[in-house]
Amino acid sequence: MVIAITGLNASDNPGPGVAVIRSLREEFGPTLTIIGLSYESLEPGIYLDNVVDKTYQIPYPTAGTSALTERLEYIHTIEGLDMIIPNFDSELYNFIKIAPWLRSLGIKTFLPTHEQLSARDKINLFDFGKKHGFKVPADHQLNNLNDLSKATEELGYPLVVKGKYYEAYVNHTADAAQKSFHLLSAKWGLPVIAQQFIKGTEINIAGLGDGKGNTISVIPMRKLYITDKGKAWAGITIEDDALIKLAQKFVKVTKWKGGFELEIMRDADGELYIMEINPRFPAWIYLTAGAGQNQPAALVRMAMDEDVEPFTEYTVGKMFIRYSWDHLADIADFQQFSAFGELSVAKVNL
Amino acid sequence: MRIKKNIATSENGFIFNPATGDSFSGNALASEIILAMKSGTDAEQIKQSILQKYEVRADQLERDWEDWMIQLKEANLLEV
Repeated sequence: MVIAITGLNASDNPGPGVAVIRSLREEFGPTLTIIGLSYESLEPGIYLDNVVDKTYQIPYPTAGTSALTERLEYIHTIEGLDMIIPNFDSELYNFIKIAPWLRSLGIKTFLPTHEQLSARDKINLFDFGKKHGFKVPADHQLNNLNDLSKATEELGYPLVVKGKYYEAYVNHTADAAQKSFHLLSAKWGLPVIAQQFIKGTEINIAGLGDGKGNTISVIPMRKLYITDKGKAWAGITIEDDALIKLAQKFVKVTKWKGGFELEIMRDADGELYIMEINPRFPAWIYLTAGAGQNQPAALVRMAMDEDVEPFTEYTVGKMFIRYSWDHLADIADFQQFSAFGELSVAKVNL
Repeated sequence: MRIKKNIATSENGFIFNPATGDSFSGNALASEIILAMKSGTDAEQIKQSILQKYEVRADQLERDWEDWMIQLKEANLLEV
């Protein structure tokens, strides 16, 4: 089986690709060939030969679907892909759009629809919560500084300012909020989102829906160590029926197809607020494999038309602790990838 | 006040709340008391057992017990 995977940027703000690959290798063993799809030449996964068999550079999502299909067609003729698992929010729109074309080539995907993708978008999240009875913090879309002033009048401080796709900052003053607005609009475009600050415990839930309203897996994780970018650097699986039911309700009302992550804040009264819904697996997804519900593997099986029964049990108290590791690479590898946009580390080193 | 049933303890006093992911370091006596509370032993019986095993005055134990219950409540280890 040959599976292409994006999100190889295992940095301090990691993409999920390497963790997804690790989960798949654990389940499928040596029969699996992993083709990395990378946007930049310094994504660490490219150079990890025990993780990725070969990596190809692909065009940025802004280049559009024709550039993407052209590149994927080339890769497919060489590698004979069976499946693609995209792992970035920003690339999903294009991959969903080309999914029928991929299917015509025999390449499987297991993705939500454009409607599902849009409903949970940060821009629509408050309305989504209102429609389906989820608690979601109040928010405002910001297209200019006047919008920011109006938002602060209503939401007060601290104020969370979030990028369209990624990043969020908690701001305690008008100056800080303006700085966050400019930074995030320049980096991710407009609108920027201002969100009501909710004080509480950060919990994330990784889940998998079958596209028919059934939840195949839910693993809740409490963040134990959080980086200055708000990312979990350590976490632990927890047992809480309310969290499981929340994720099951999300899958049921959306008929979600594929992996997802719910970012939850539990306030002092125990109320659960959905802060964000990510339409793909999180970077800590290997914890689901460690806890007994290998979500990436289950997703692949469903994509291959296998019947997958919902998981019912997982290990509570399973922890992950992320670490930094200096991987050494040869300049020849970097040169090969930078110049030709494709690299098989093992082959170059031989 | 009853301790939550799913609280896990080890012999060396480590306490884990699987519902929140919180963990606490206690001592062996803390672990012993939690185990007794989980098994449904009432507070008076536990206190009697402590009085018999340790050199402590009843009024001192009463004050320590109240403090213990406050700590358990703050740590979210008691049934609501």
